[in-house]
Amino acid sequence: MSRENTIWLIVFLIGAVMLFGRAMFTEHGMAKMYVEESPREFVDLGDEENPDWVSIEEAPEYVDVSAIPADHRVSWKKQRTSNYGEFVQQPAGGNIQFSLARSIGVWLAALLTLFVLSFLIKDNPFYKIAESLFVGISAAYWMVVAFWDQIVPNLIGKLSPTFVRNWAMPGLGEDARQELLYLIPLILGLMLLWRLSPKGGWISRWPMAFFIGTFCGLRLIRFLQADFLLQIRAGIDPLYVTEGGVFDVWASLANVILLIGVLSCLVYFFFSFEHKGIVGKTAKLGIWFLMITFGAGFAYTVMGRIALLAIRLEFLFDDWLWLIDPTDKRLGI
Amino acid sequence: MALLITLGATAGFLVLLTFAVRARTEFFKNLDRRWIFLLMLVAVAVPVYVIGKTKETFPEKALPKAQAVFDVIEELNEGDKVLLAFDFDPGSEGELGPMATTFAYHCATKKLKMYFIALWPIGRQMIDDNIAKIIEPDFPEMVYGVDYMNLGFKAGNEGVINVIVTDIKQLYTTDAYGTDIAAIPMMEGIDSIQKMDLIINVSAGYPGTKEWVQYAVTPFPHDIRMVAGCTGVQAPLLYPYIPQQLPGLLAAIKGASEYESLVINKYGGDDISGKYLEAQRRMGPQLVAHVLMVLLIFAGNIIFFVERKREARS
Repeated sequence: MSRENTIWLIVFLIGAVMLFGRAMFTEHGMAKMYVEESPREFVDLGDEENPDWVSIEEAPEYVDVSAIPADHRVSWKKQRTSNYGEFVQQPAGGNIQFSLARSIGVWLAALLTLFVLSFLIKDNPFYKIAESLFVGISAAYWMVVAFWDQIVPNLIGKLSPTFVRNWAMPGLGEDARQELLYLIPLILGLMLLWRLSPKGGWISRWPMAFFIGTFCGLRLIRFLQADFLLQIRAGIDPLYVTEGGVFDVWASLANVILLIGVLSCLVYFFFSFEHKGIVGKTAKLGIWFLMITFGAGFAYTVMGRIALLAIRLEFLFDDWLWLIDPTDKRLGI
Repeated sequence: MALLITLGATAGFLVLLTFAVRARTEFFKNLDRRWIFLLMLVAVAVPVYVIGKTKETFPEKALPKAQAVFDVIEELNEGDKVLLAFDFDPGSEGELGPMATTFAYHCATKKLKMYFIALWPIGRQMIDDNIAKIIEPDFPEMVYGVDYMNLGFKAGNEGVINVIVTDIKQLYTTDAYGTDIAAIPMMEGIDSIQKMDLIINVSAGYPGTKEWVQYAVTPFPHDIRMVAGCTGVQAPLLYPYIPQQLPGLLAAIKGASEYESLVINKYGGDDISGKYLEAQRRMGPQLVAHVLMVLLIFAGNIIFFVERKREARS
């Protein structure tokens, strides 16, 4: 084993021992999640054709709910995220309890955070595991969400509302009508999937052409309106600004700088003339404006990345290690 | 006086740094980048820990863009309708989470009717998170379907905006939990998002504020008004829309912190929960990390000029 690997192994072992000590030998431990469970029970007071589900607390007094058969009752437990502070302060017999599943979730999230950050040391198998998990879960999540939020309500639900109401979405309105126009997107979608077939791959090009054409047309108009015409309008500002009849130096200066910046940047991207003389100098000024813009963009990016690191460290210190308690979840522990 | 001392100390430190870097140019030039990573980790971790322990935050003064966002929401009256579009995911929660929290808190405090929507697949979880974190514990009098509702996520990016800007029921037949939207009281009379008094967008990228401006605000400038909060990466791209198409914008965690301070100063009271101070807490690590960045850039430039001088001599 190389010297570097030995050092890292020792660091990891020390870290693991410290974690074990904090988790097992402190009064409060760490990374524990709590939930408050409240039972929910509904009974069906209607008949086969017109079910009428009501909460057991809201059932009329004349109804003997204990006599309602099991297939007309449904019950579950609703969980609300709680915390250690509420857990230790709850009266005897309270509903707040330790949640093993959520605690494992915190440990997983913490370890995966460390796995990803370990890439800063060098590429390693832990990072690869985290990366693969992320890619796989994201892809699966996208597929499931797109199916239930888009294909079921907005395609199958339009073509066969009764079927979707009975199968997956009891809340779908009774007034939902069948819209056969949605056969067109269904056919286009199936044609697009033809791409996976070994033969007739060209069929997928037709819907693709349709999508690209429609999308281009849509975006062109919106870009022209929002980013071209209105931006020209926004660039025409008075160079002499008054506020309540008094000359406003700073607003005037801002508008002058805006005008100079716009013109000089436009000149820089104007290649019909050689960048010499007055054109060259203006173009150079345009470069300065562009560089300041890129610098501001880079600074904003740095700010964003630091914020991301801060929230991960907050999570590790707060939810995982229980070193800090900025939101008073654990009575200041 | 304090400013003079700070400037003097900074200048002295930079001179010392210059000498140190010039004396050990080779060492700094070949420094393993992992030391820089470690320095940055410490620069962020120490303030996170100290602020987490002491719960002290830096004072914040709002700049005009954050003030404009605050003022636009302040102009609304009780019962006005607000569409809150949460177009972000956990990847940008560090910057946008505090904005979303403060927007929800501000709207709930003013008793506005909130319609949550998401164009990002995990946006729905962000909405649920906010409802569970802000509305349910701190505004228990608010009723789902009457005071707030969650329309959930719809795939289709700007296509969704393009449809709901004229016909919301074309795409949204149920809310996020499967309830028929015709049965939800606060959806009565809402046939398009033009009926909203304000759109608030929290944006992490595409689709986001740019698309809302292009497809909702620009075609209907008299009917749709919007303010937004965005990541730092997006901010320079959105500034051109201010003020005509976008009256106000919260840019990155700094914008979030300014807006948060405005809202908390007005509505928070003395005993405000730490969950409403997230953005201001995160400005501490920002300060230290930015000072480190400036020093590193300074050191890098000294090395560059020393090297160039040496090359010129040789």
